[in-house]
Amino acid sequence: MDERKFKKMNRRELLKLTPVVALGAFAIPPLRRPLLKAGLAFSDWASGKYFRTGHLATTFEDSELTPFEKFPINGYDVDDPGVIFENWTLTVSGAVQKPGEYTLARIQALPRTRQNTQHVCVEGWDVIGRFGGARLSEFLKLIGADPTARFVTVECADDYYESLDMATAMHPQTLMCYEMYDQPLTREHGAPVRLNVPTKIGYKQAKYLTNLKVTNVLERVGYWEDQGYSWFYGL
Amino acid sequence: MQAEVIEFDSIKSGESVKAVYEHPWVVRFTHWVNAAALFVMAGSGLQIFRAFPSFGAKIPEKDLLNWPKAFAIGGWLGGGLQWHLTFMWIYIATGLLYLGYQIFRGHYRQVLFVPSDIRDVWPMARHYFLFGPKPPETQAYNPLQKLAYTSAIGLGVLSVLTGFAVWKPVQFSWLAWLMGGFHWARVWHFLVMWVILFFVLGHLIMVVLHGWNNFLSMLIGWKKNPDYLA
Repeated sequence: MDERKFKKMNRRELLKLTPVVALGAFAIPPLRRPLLKAGLAFSDWASGKYFRTGHLATTFEDSELTPFEKFPINGYDVDDPGVIFENWTLTVSGAVQKPGEYTLARIQALPRTRQNTQHVCVEGWDVIGRFGGARLSEFLKLIGADPTARFVTVECADDYYESLDMATAMHPQTLMCYEMYDQPLTREHGAPVRLNVPTKIGYKQAKYLTNLKVTNVLERVGYWEDQGYSWFYGL
Repeated sequence: MQAEVIEFDSIKSGESVKAVYEHPWVVRFTHWVNAAALFVMAGSGLQIFRAFPSFGAKIPEKDLLNWPKAFAIGGWLGGGLQWHLTFMWIYIATGLLYLGYQIFRGHYRQVLFVPSDIRDVWPMARHYFLFGPKPPETQAYNPLQKLAYTSAIGLGVLSVLTGFAVWKPVQFSWLAWLMGGFHWARVWHFLVMWVILFFVLGHLIMVVLHGWNNFLSMLIGWKKNPDYLA
């Protein structure tokens, strides 16, 4: 071999690295948004595939609980949307046999589950809280939800909205929570009923529920999801 | 696998030149893509950290450091997460491709730190950091380099494992448990990043010190007249 041939070979070897340049697509603004959206969608898809319905989130001893007053109150808008408890009902609609208005008493008549579970915020902090309520799966049975439907969506008194995949909605630790620390849910924490989903990130645990819908089509995904956060965000 | 060696005569001087194919394509490709991914992971990770720059309680929150926004990727928490959750797949995929190739081709022998390398680490460290005599070079990577690169691979694996414990502390509850729970996994994930960045700094200094011929080898694979062939 002579040096000319060697140099030619070097150029060829260098050219073989050109696929690396494809990463530059992320530097081009009109391409960046769809690429990142696809990346997030892929992460959500993989998360959904890996989600194990029978796998329980770790539960904790009472001694490990974060004191109630140190459990952060994270509303996106107001801490108290002024729900009038006497008039409150949960409006159920969609792919269910028994749509209509459900009172708190009907939800509380379902078997009560209490659990000490970790609440992880997308910001990175975490607390361990004690939550009590009815399993969402029991409530879905009560309203005659179509078990083959794909989503459960909720709307809230503060105009917040969220959605869960059916597998998560049916998870035994997913609660329609009306108690924290064995006391009725306070207004700031989402009275009269909020979601408690230990297998999901904090912003999925919607507060001050007013509407619940079982559906195959997501008309609205979720408040934070619409700002660009992950939809599935399973822990 | 033995690296390919060729010989040719320099056109200018007529002297005989030896060249070694040190870095196969897979190694070079994964090196550069992974380097870019690492850059994005660190930048977007710091963006995510900005949302809660603490390892203590939320109430009261005591901030550890306020990382400047200018040195973070994504612009806001949601943006940082989008970059992080996208590039982690690229980071993992290139890492696995690299490891798979190294193991499958046996090329790892060039870089894997093994017990017999231990006794030669100190003379090399003395040469680099204390101006000691330069030990003879007998292989592509000296024992200190092997130690650094092998550790870097280990840190890369740790960054992924701690990351999964932070991202999926329920599905990977065993991982989170190993690390002392979600809260600690987040601490480890953060620390592993800094150790990796420290490695990168040292790596870049060494690249500058060792000149163009050495740098070029990570682009074209071939290294001309390496010391260990002299």
